[in-house]
Amino acid sequence: MSKIVAITGAGAMSECMRQINPDVVPAFPITPSTQVIEDFSQFVADGRVDTEMITVESEHSAMSACIGAAAAGGRVMTATSSAGMALMWEMLYIAASMRQPIVMTLINRALSAPINIHADHGDSMGARDAGWIQLYAENNQEAYDNLIMAPRIAEAMNVRLPVMVCMDGFIISHCVQTMQLEDDDRVKAFIGEFASTYPVLDTDHPATWGALDLQDYYMEHKRALHMAMKNSKTVIQNVSAEFADVFGRKYDLFESYRLDDADRVIVAINSVAGEIKEVIDERRDAGDRVGLLKIRVFRPFPYAEIAAALEGVKIVTVLDRSESMGGYGPLFCEIRAALFDAPERPLVYSRTFGLGGRELFMADIHDIFEENKRYLETGTVEKTADYLKVRGG
Amino acid sequence: MPSLQEMATKESAFAGGHRMCAGCPVPILTKMLTRVTDGYEIVAGNATCCLEVASSIFPYSAWKIPWIHTAFENAGASMSGVETMYRALKKKGKITKPYKFIAIGGDGGTYDIGLQSLSGAMERGHDLVYICYDNGAYMNTGVQRSSATPLGATTTTTPAGERSFGRQGNRKDLSRIMVAHNIGYVAQASIHDPVDLSEKLKKAIDLDGPAFINLLSPCVPGWKIGPDMAVEVARLGVECRYWPLYEVIDGAYKVNYEPKKKVPVKEWMALQGRFRHLLKPEYAEVVDAFQKEVDRNWHWIVKQEELSEVLAGRVN
Repeated sequence: MSKIVAITGAGAMSECMRQINPDVVPAFPITPSTQVIEDFSQFVADGRVDTEMITVESEHSAMSACIGAAAAGGRVMTATSSAGMALMWEMLYIAASMRQPIVMTLINRALSAPINIHADHGDSMGARDAGWIQLYAENNQEAYDNLIMAPRIAEAMNVRLPVMVCMDGFIISHCVQTMQLEDDDRVKAFIGEFASTYPVLDTDHPATWGALDLQDYYMEHKRALHMAMKNSKTVIQNVSAEFADVFGRKYDLFESYRLDDADRVIVAINSVAGEIKEVIDERRDAGDRVGLLKIRVFRPFPYAEIAAALEGVKIVTVLDRSESMGGYGPLFCEIRAALFDAPERPLVYSRTFGLGGRELFMADIHDIFEENKRYLETGTVEKTADYLKVRGG
Repeated sequence: MPSLQEMATKESAFAGGHRMCAGCPVPILTKMLTRVTDGYEIVAGNATCCLEVASSIFPYSAWKIPWIHTAFENAGASMSGVETMYRALKKKGKITKPYKFIAIGGDGGTYDIGLQSLSGAMERGHDLVYICYDNGAYMNTGVQRSSATPLGATTTTTPAGERSFGRQGNRKDLSRIMVAHNIGYVAQASIHDPVDLSEKLKKAIDLDGPAFINLLSPCVPGWKIGPDMAVEVARLGVECRYWPLYEVIDGAYKVNYEPKKKVPVKEWMALQGRFRHLLKPEYAEVVDAFQKEVDRNWHWIVKQEELSEVLAGRVN
């Protein structure tokens, strides 16, 4: 039976993994994603899943084993954060390039140094070129729903790419929220059976996996991956529509919150969106035409759809929870690129916030709307890129 | 156990047309893989290495059995994944035939960058045979030293020069590290002795659990030997006791071959360009140190065999 539960984000991830019942889960502990694999290990120990776990000796081996297991011909999942994913780096690219539909929960956490265990998008943003589909979530429910949809997206025959289901460390992973936990059978029915392609274990049709590709083929294979990523956009939309039919919650490539007649808009990712919505409601009550565009799918990036959604907006503040040292924040770069060809190009600027888990409160978000109001009145943005709430800034 | 003649009549898993160097002995191993493994479906995995790049240049492949390569340092982990998926699908009744899994890496990908991944795979108990073909350096990238490079060898990162006689210090003993994993089967074999190698391969395959074979495999350009010399140089490597042939079954050592006469290691070194500089009188001490290390290692293994007999209660 579908039921309302009070659960942490990490707990919701392990519950969803139990429902998906993957064939193999290679995993390594790292804060704040550890609970995902701890809970799941208990499900294995209690016989509530059929999964074979591989308690690997590192995250590099976790992703390597994921690739081997997936190529062998079954459904594979894992979970990690921050430094764990950084250690997987080489294998992230190989997982995508070998077109393995691996699903990984990534609980976003800051990268060292200095060592810090809190929410920050530096881990997933750094991996944005690896060939993984990236889904983001504002809260436990969205993270859970994304994880239900992830195998369907990853395993679509015109996609066959790994999917990263991202959420904020501690803010989502460790906070208890109420959410709808769907019925096991309905989740299983939605996901369906795994279909393999050229499995390594098919000895009747032996395949060579991971061949050396030189100048004569490498570029075609990379382009094929890029095309698969582009295909995934429609697949994500279709799977989301089917999800809405079955479970009743609607998702698109991004969420438009009170955008229709908005002059001033914040673009953001993950948990901060919840506070932004609260602030928008308060300001809307006072007649302020403000809105939010919340990213759900960062890869593939929906450039045209975002440009259409922001048509008529006069100023856009992009909030990046990670930094590209010496460059602009990754979300800002994409939003600016999406809006460059707009007939009436809005002012677009970047604010970096929340690195290493630093809080952004509702008062701070009010300040952002006051700031962009001033810029809109003067027609000038004072600093294209700046930090929020930082000493010496 | 099939005879060599019988083996030769069976289909090889490794096709001709690969691009291994002329005279490279590694195909002796790869051709053997399916010839001694009757009754099993065989799946092979490779670390990035000479064998990997020379056998799988897209769109060609020398492999007639399923084969997977993902990266340099992770053959143990990648094949852990393949083997575990086999068990998962077998449990669900989706696979019924018996499978066996073989991972192959060079010494760079095994002694060095892949050691952690190998250690994890062995410790976790996967049903996996890992074969390291030890040619004593990173040959695929052009002969850089690894922790398997023997004392005094000249490599492109330990070149001999006015202030250096080549590689400083002694090589790592990976076989003993693998024994310390308390796995059921560890062996040293040499590419010159296909009978011994095939027997060891069969024992490793038949074992239900992890097994490790360290295989001496001379490299023609890396050791600076002629393309007709690899087998002979490997043979002399065993005769001079540089590379003892032994196996460790459930922790018990057994020496498989005791050379009849003691060949000085200098004779073996003299065949190889990588040691030739050491034949100069001023490097006599290095050659002596090399001989001492070879003697010490041989003595240690013989003593381990004696100790194993005592522990087994066969000798007081």
